[in-house]
Amino acid sequence: MPTTSTGSSTQLIENEDGHEHGLSRKATMLGMIAVSAEGVCRRYGRRWALVDVSFEVPEATVVMVAGRNGSGKSTLLRTLATAIRPDRGTVRILGRHSQDERDEVRETIALLDHYTHLYEPLTALENLDIVARFLGKNRSREALLALLEEVGLADRAEDPIGTFSAGMRKRLAIARVLQQEARVVLLDEPYGDLDPPGFLLVDGILERLRASGATVLMATHLLQRGRALCSRALVLESGRLVYSGAASEMPGAAANIAGFAEGA
Amino acid sequence: MNGILAALRKDLLLTWRGRLQIVAVFAFGAAALLLFSFAIGPDSSALRQHAAGFLWLAMLLASTLSLAESFERELEERALTGLLLLPVSAAVLYYGKAIANLIQLALVGVLLVPVMVILYDAGTLRLLPLLGVIVLGAAGLSAPGTLYAAMTAQARARQALLPLLLFPLVVPVLLAAVKATSLLVLGDPMGQIRPWATLLAAFAVIHLSLCGLLFGRVVDEG
Amino acid sequence: MNATSRAGFAPALVALGAALLCAGSVWGLAFAPPEVFMGEVQRIMYVHVPTAWNAMLVLTYAFACALAFLFTNHWKWDSRLEAALEMGVVLSLLLCTQGAIWAKPTWGVWWDWDPRLTTTAVLVFAFGGILALRAFVDDPARRAVWSAVACVIAFADVPIVYFSVKWWNSLHQSQSSPETVSKAFHWPLRINAFGILFLWTGLVAFRARVAALRLHGEIDVQPPAKLPATSLPRPKGVW
Repeated sequence: MPTTSTGSSTQLIENEDGHEHGLSRKATMLGMIAVSAEGVCRRYGRRWALVDVSFEVPEATVVMVAGRNGSGKSTLLRTLATAIRPDRGTVRILGRHSQDERDEVRETIALLDHYTHLYEPLTALENLDIVARFLGKNRSREALLALLEEVGLADRAEDPIGTFSAGMRKRLAIARVLQQEARVVLLDEPYGDLDPPGFLLVDGILERLRASGATVLMATHLLQRGRALCSRALVLESGRLVYSGAASEMPGAAANIAGFAEGA
Repeated sequence: MNGILAALRKDLLLTWRGRLQIVAVFAFGAAALLLFSFAIGPDSSALRQHAAGFLWLAMLLASTLSLAESFERELEERALTGLLLLPVSAAVLYYGKAIANLIQLALVGVLLVPVMVILYDAGTLRLLPLLGVIVLGAAGLSAPGTLYAAMTAQARARQALLPLLLFPLVVPVLLAAVKATSLLVLGDPMGQIRPWATLLAAFAVIHLSLCGLLFGRVVDEG
Repeated sequence: MNATSRAGFAPALVALGAALLCAGSVWGLAFAPPEVFMGEVQRIMYVHVPTAWNAMLVLTYAFACALAFLFTNHWKWDSRLEAALEMGVVLSLLLCTQGAIWAKPTWGVWWDWDPRLTTTAVLVFAFGGILALRAFVDDPARRAVWSAVACVIAFADVPIVYFSVKWWNSLHQSQSSPETVSKAFHWPLRINAFGILFLWTGLVAFRARVAALRLHGEIDVQPPAKLPATSLPRPKGVW
């Protein structure tokens, strides 16, 4: 069930240390906050990709992360996934500190990145089998084929990834994420490279994840779709968080930044 | 243990899929042996004397090819990062890769022995000890080699950097393996091979432990 | 970072070191009596032995810096590591040169495969290789971690290299290496040892400061515009 955001603030936030934090401590203690970022900054060389990003996401929420190209969406998702570490600030996943308790955090997250995390010479089944072995999950042929069936790749199960198109690789990467059965799922442009049936596939998966109580943060450029499927939105601009609140109530300014006016 | 088996299975599967590469590396090693013989000239006793040295030089050069290749697949789609995020411990991934590299190198070494026998007239009947020396030597090359391959695969000028970093480190392997192989080929009346084999084993064990500990820091994307 | 703070004593050290080195060398080269067996050539020991001690010392310091960085993640250890690596490579190269200068008149060849010198030559390549690695990695954090890791591995390898070369060499004719100097000659040796010690300590301090300043330019960039005045946890050792 989608939950409303705590302390829903619908105005643009600019480096405010506001009331949200007071609520958050209690909320964290009650285990309601799935993902929290506090003052997160991340730099690449001399360029700051994330500047003082702070937000909280309650459990079982689907959140849309919007922003233009280069605004820091991928960097944010990677930081939350502990693939990279913040230069400043803290990230907590389900209450755990992302650096101090990194392995425990990694057990609870799954990341869909622009890189597929796949082995090109291996087949679809083999790629999933590897993950299943490491995670100790069911790796029977039937189970893996069922997973491939779900993402529409069952007929290419024995083909090496090298023969796959970009869209097919994405589908397999999605299957790989589903395999992990994580409580916090981070998706970087899941709709990218997919065909229209693929869009419906992702819609269905999001619905399923929400129903199962997982928390999803999804970076996407499909703003109408995102607004329909997500209860909350985070909007980034040049590395800063300029909006954090309900997806449906996004004010004009944030919507403009996210690019609503221009075609999406 | 479970994790290491999974990692090993993954790396052996990748090696098997890329088995054509082993052939190419072997061809490179064989060509090197041929060229080295030209450096000595058609003096059969001198060739026989130095056969062990050239075999291991060829192995060393061949190792740079196969080690560098071993991380291409891990990095092209960031598969290694993907595994680290599951989470899988970096040490486990290191050992899987190091053992797979060891097997690949040892295989090349074994394939080069007949070439050595033919070109240098340097054979031995003590095949099992020879296999042992090749395996231990391959382990010594593979242990630090796997870590440095992971490092240099992500740096610029990677072709030159891997040999530059690896070669000084594996001097003991070269010395001991050449010595041991030489004793096998030329005769070992005083039974001196033991200490050299022990040195090889010690080197491999020390570096496998040390590099296993340090691998996590090397692949951390930070 | 207060760039001037740490290396204040460095000029004094360099001056003192240079002075001591001059004094010790002059004493050893001009005033000490010639050695019984090797004659004048042996005088090189007055610089060779102290250089050897100090080369090992610098590289041990480099190893300590590498470990310190890996455990504390503090940038200052990376700057010191860079400086120590350079000094270590320079001293090792000097050692090899001195060894060659000694070997030619003594044995008639430039290189006699003495285990210690051979190990030193391997060290030149091993630690020089780490400096090359640093040149080819752009990301400062990666560069620091990787060179620290490489330094730990290289240093751990040193005893193994030494023993293997020693065994390997012992199978051929054993050549006596310039081991000890008789007691009467110890003073110039000690003076030179301390001379080089102070010299490299001062120079490494200078060099570490240069490295730190360069790093300063690469990474100590503040995020643009205002940051909230809260007590955000600052990561250790940004400075």
